[in-house]
Amino acid sequence: MNIQGRVWKYGDDIDTDVIIPARYLTLTDENELGKHCLEDLDPSFVSKVQPGDVILAGNLFGCGSSREHAPIALKGVGCAAVVARSFARIFLRNSINVGLPAIECPSAYDTAQEGDVLEIDLAAGTVTNTRTGAVHQSAPYPQFMLDVLDAGGLVPFTREKLAAERPGG
Amino acid sequence: MGHTIAEKIIAAHCGRDDVRPGEFVDVDLDLVMANDVTAPLAIREFRKLGVDRVWDRDKVVLVGSHFVPAKDIASAQNMKDMREFAREQEITHFFEPGKGGIEHALLPQEGIVAPGEIVLGADSHTNTYGAIQSLASGFGSTDCAIAMATGKTWLKVPPSIKAVFTGKRKAWVTGKDFILRLIGEIGVEGANYQAIEFHGEALRDLTIYERFTMANMTTEAQAKCGLFFVDEKTLEFVGPRVKRAFSSYEPDPDAAYARVVEIDVSGMEPQVAAPFLPSNVSDIADKAGIEIDQVFIGSCTNGWLPDIRTAAQIMRGRQVHPRVRAVVIPATQQIYVEALKEGLIEVFAEAGAAVAAGTCGPCLGGSLGVLAPGERAVSTSNRNFPGRMGHRSAEVYLTNPAMAATAAILGRIPSVEDAEALLHESVTA
Repeated sequence: MNIQGRVWKYGDDIDTDVIIPARYLTLTDENELGKHCLEDLDPSFVSKVQPGDVILAGNLFGCGSSREHAPIALKGVGCAAVVARSFARIFLRNSINVGLPAIECPSAYDTAQEGDVLEIDLAAGTVTNTRTGAVHQSAPYPQFMLDVLDAGGLVPFTREKLAAERPGG
Repeated sequence: MGHTIAEKIIAAHCGRDDVRPGEFVDVDLDLVMANDVTAPLAIREFRKLGVDRVWDRDKVVLVGSHFVPAKDIASAQNMKDMREFAREQEITHFFEPGKGGIEHALLPQEGIVAPGEIVLGADSHTNTYGAIQSLASGFGSTDCAIAMATGKTWLKVPPSIKAVFTGKRKAWVTGKDFILRLIGEIGVEGANYQAIEFHGEALRDLTIYERFTMANMTTEAQAKCGLFFVDEKTLEFVGPRVKRAFSSYEPDPDAAYARVVEIDVSGMEPQVAAPFLPSNVSDIADKAGIEIDQVFIGSCTNGWLPDIRTAAQIMRGRQVHPRVRAVVIPATQQIYVEALKEGLIEVFAEAGAAVAAGTCGPCLGGSLGVLAPGERAVSTSNRNFPGRMGHRSAEVYLTNPAMAATAAILGRIPSVEDAEALLHESVTA
């Protein structure tokens, strides 16, 4: 599974309260949540971002609450992936569960500029910066996480698994 | 090589004698919990799984806590969806506002969580139950949906940090100050993907409620869980509440830790976390004098009855500062009723504070005290990121309940001397 996208670069400790503020937590629709994505950090983000773009962030992206509305909002606004120096535990898991790849890759962050294009090979765990040509290696996903992303998230993945386990299924 | 408490609890839930940090394991869950923010998404995903019934109607808990009583039509619809799902699935533990409260005080209070168990909660502060050695951790709605259907989840076995608290604390210093100091020490990323195991004689001296406060805020260091030893105080709390057999664990003497952090509490002052990170911690004296607009006393961190009593002791017979509004929210309905019977609600009301029944409310900028641009608050809650309690420019200082109540009276961040002067005044008056 490969992704190529233009980069929007942000700093450290981007928490879930700014990815999607609590005042929008009564929403559940992906597109509606997407309209407010990152608005307390960068109010112009939703007007700039294009489908297929990639968020590039510093340390501990997605810290704070367990709200899955955060990766859903990023998906809703069209982000194809998030690359960060590091992720908060719950965000990383939520992100993969909703089918949004989240890749920990400090050197990719440190050397990229806003507007660069990154090529991400999830199976190999590589992030290539097309401007510099540098190939950055991250820890590849375990196979079952790749399978979850291939299925489009944990729910479709589990649905198939439960159907297969059912007698006569 | 021996095992940590987290490793022992996880091994017992995946049919193994031995698990090691970094391993991926499937565990059997004892409980799955969601609230009115996370349940609507979880229910939607549950419906896509092709499963009709939840795995165990006694072990799926649904709590209205965040936007309750409903603050608008959308939150009313979310509660309605959760209520209808609870009825359809005949969920045993479903809580309406006025009958429950904030889940992290409510579940321990009702004996729904117990030592040695694994709890998957769709709320980041699920870690709270670690105070009674429940390996409880925050997850998102999709994980919650799968868990509601199967009673299982996957975990990566976490390495553990051994946090050792030594010495004897001074007056005014609480579990809140212990955990703020720890977060200040290790940072907001300090326990990411890790468990915290609490050790040391200074913890024996804490009430069970202060331990809940500490386990609660392990979340702010990104810990997967924060686990205490089970001692006589744990059993005193759990004994009358939990009606089933449970196990407790001690780490082996040769257990391996990722890191040992020692904190001597002997000279410690009350702490404060200044904007905009829970790790931006100093002695409260360093921030004393900063003027404030609002005080919030409550939340899953410090909305327990002893917290409410402490605040009332300081506010009794006094008035909230003219420039300040104060909001007090006991975490559960039971705490509210006990506070009422003890006359504490009257104390707050007469002091000019607004009092509400068990809800998260202002902690997440939900309702009942959202901050305007540029405003500054002192709060007994757990987070102070930009926008946490309202506008992104609003500032939140996190303290213990005594310091917050003193701030409400004085209109500024207090020093310990300020609090002592207030109490002395009441003795001599």
